[in-house]
Amino acid sequence: MTVEELKALKSDKVVDARGTACPGPLLAAKKAIGDIQAGQVMEILSADEGTKSDIPKWAKKQSFEYLGSIDEDGMFRLFLKK
Amino acid sequence: MANDLEAQVKQLEAQLKALQEGQPKDQLSMIVFSGDLDKVLAAFIIATGARAMDMEVKMFFTFWATPVLRAKNKKGGKKDFMSSMLGCMLPKGSTQTKLSKLNMCGMGTNMLKSVMKKKNVASLESLIETAGELGVEIAICQMSMDLMGFKKDEMIDYPYLSYVGVGTYLSDAQESKIQLFI
Repeated sequence: MTVEELKALKSDKVVDARGTACPGPLLAAKKAIGDIQAGQVMEILSADEGTKSDIPKWAKKQSFEYLGSIDEDGMFRLFLKK
Repeated sequence: MANDLEAQVKQLEAQLKALQEGQPKDQLSMIVFSGDLDKVLAAFIIATGARAMDMEVKMFFTFWATPVLRAKNKKGGKKDFMSSMLGCMLPKGSTQTKLSKLNMCGMGTNMLKSVMKKKNVASLESLIETAGELGVEIAICQMSMDLMGFKKDEMIDYPYLSYVGVGTYLSDAQESKIQLFI
């Protein structure tokens, strides 16, 4: 998805993991994924650049659809569809 | 002819089943040998990360890593002279672990701990707690316990703790996709 498409996306759940370092964002994502239904969109906020590669790999393993990420002053917004 | 085919299919099914059973599981097994803060930190970051990736995780604590799992405020009871001496000399729990490099009489270790706090990196203590919440299994080498004179009563309260021998580690490792020695 393009950045514009991602920005227009409505997230069903936002996980703010900016206060944690590796593996915090991954653990936060795993914990929160149980709260949404299949087909819903989850957004993960992270200040750790490693998350940008971790989350797509995790999503692939769990068969979730990784939609993309937006870089926003000092943080990353990552989107995936359960 | 039809019978032949049926027999062949059955044979193939049996072979496939045997192959599937022989496949390693989505499991990580780790030997944690070092008691250095940096290495034990790495071990627990990988362990908790692996649980997030939905892998089973089995950590095998042996030799220098064993004292890391001693509880700070527990006493082991009566020990012989050598065991008491060793007990005093070895670190008592995760808070007494030191860096493998740049320890500099504790200055380097304290500096790293303070930087970790600043950068929101989880402390070893909280990583161990998280590992327990996530179901990471910890097996302690019974031989190391005997050698260092540790009693089960002085080890941490961890939900998935067991005392095992090398055979258990090997059988866990054999069925794991990933094996590490730290």
